[in-house]
Amino acid sequence: MKSRLTRQLICLRAARELKDGEYVNVGIGVPAQISCFIPPEIEVVLEVENGALNHGPIIDDWDKYDVDLINAGGQPISMKPGISFFDVADSFAMIRGGHLDTTIMGAYQVSERGDLANWKTPEQSIGAIGGGMDLVFGAKRVIVLMEHTDRSGRPKVVKECSYPLTARGVVDLIITDMAVIGAIPEGLELREVAPGITPEEIQAVTEPKLIISKQLKEIEF
Amino acid sequence: MINKVIGSVREALADIPDGAVVAIGGFGWGGWPYNLVLELAKRKVRNLVGVGNSPRQFLPLLNVDGHCMLRKIISSYPIMKHGSRSDPLAEYIQKGELEVEGTTMGTLVERLRAGGAGIPAFYTPVGAGTEVEAGKEKRIFDSRECIMEYAIKLDYALIKAHKGDRLGNLVYRHTSRNYNPVMAMAAKITIAQVDNIVDVSELDPESIVTPGVFVHRVVAKEVETPVEWIEQDKQKIQEAERR
Repeated sequence: MKSRLTRQLICLRAARELKDGEYVNVGIGVPAQISCFIPPEIEVVLEVENGALNHGPIIDDWDKYDVDLINAGGQPISMKPGISFFDVADSFAMIRGGHLDTTIMGAYQVSERGDLANWKTPEQSIGAIGGGMDLVFGAKRVIVLMEHTDRSGRPKVVKECSYPLTARGVVDLIITDMAVIGAIPEGLELREVAPGITPEEIQAVTEPKLIISKQLKEIEF
Repeated sequence: MINKVIGSVREALADIPDGAVVAIGGFGWGGWPYNLVLELAKRKVRNLVGVGNSPRQFLPLLNVDGHCMLRKIISSYPIMKHGSRSDPLAEYIQKGELEVEGTTMGTLVERLRAGGAGIPAFYTPVGAGTEVEAGKEKRIFDSRECIMEYAIKLDYALIKAHKGDRLGNLVYRHTSRNYNPVMAMAAKITIAQVDNIVDVSELDPESIVTPGVFVHRVVAKEVETPVEWIEQDKQKIQEAERR
């Protein structure tokens, strides 16, 4: 089989990055699905910007929609024993105060040095900052999930971000539909490839020269 | 005797003047004081400065007989996303009728908190080295570059809570707490739409989230948020998920 990973598989792979006991924010949109893929053998506490800690998976059944129980993207979430609710001041004290271990979000571009661009396109006069900038400045580890190329086939892993920056040098790990890439001081390290895809094929749609990990392997789920 | 309970939504909003700085609570439709916003849209006030998580909080005020009731919006998510290409704000911005100030969510809430706590400004590293720093004072703390952000003080906060008593004590429901307690702190006049008005002493003192000192008027909701608003929202999210 040789095809790019679906969004669900990207989320499944991302969920495997999480460790027992971690406090994690998963971003709105695709990353929110990670809440459904947390391995049952570990306990991960999920936070949402709009003010809940330790929520369960997002709910696919919109008939059970409760406007008072949603994530930052407006999707219904489930309760878990030990869930707590708080206002956005406490929420962003957690986020900006360095209390979260990991944040996982989407991106337009990530640069060779781990710069992140994900809030505004060059065409937009006003962008949507939301809580993303707060999250990447505050969290200990930043994981980006994205397609490897944009809709026109251009690389999203770039030498220098051409989109307005969210923050400089903050990205630790990039999980795309083709590869898992770590940001290290020397540059970007290709660690895992999607089944059937070669490092050469990945390099061909990646702007900066990738460092090939000695432990390079196929992505496992 | 203190009694902050007002008989109707109309009376509760009667004195909001032109040019007032008005925050509206809520994150999406959760914790959004639907009755208050709709009533405000009926008032013929103009040139309001709106503070809220996203422009959706101001939706009924954006087009009232072809006019935008706001002259400025301070918001963390100042575009109407979820795939809609026709941003209702764009038209007013282009015509120069509406100014939009974008701020990160954490900075927005901290600016409100500072406004409520008597802190005129503060420094944060969030936004340093990005477009967000433009025109802002900078200083280095712990070898980290920080930018200065000013407090936001509100004339009015329109908020939503689950239960409230005549002293203005409030409790919320689940994630609908969101911006409401912070906006209550930052306003000269806080008007709370509540699902239920309860007797004093019914709320557990250990569980009261917003103590009455921050709340000036409490009014019971008169109508439910229309199902079609929430329905519309569901559809947009589902569409976005499919893309």
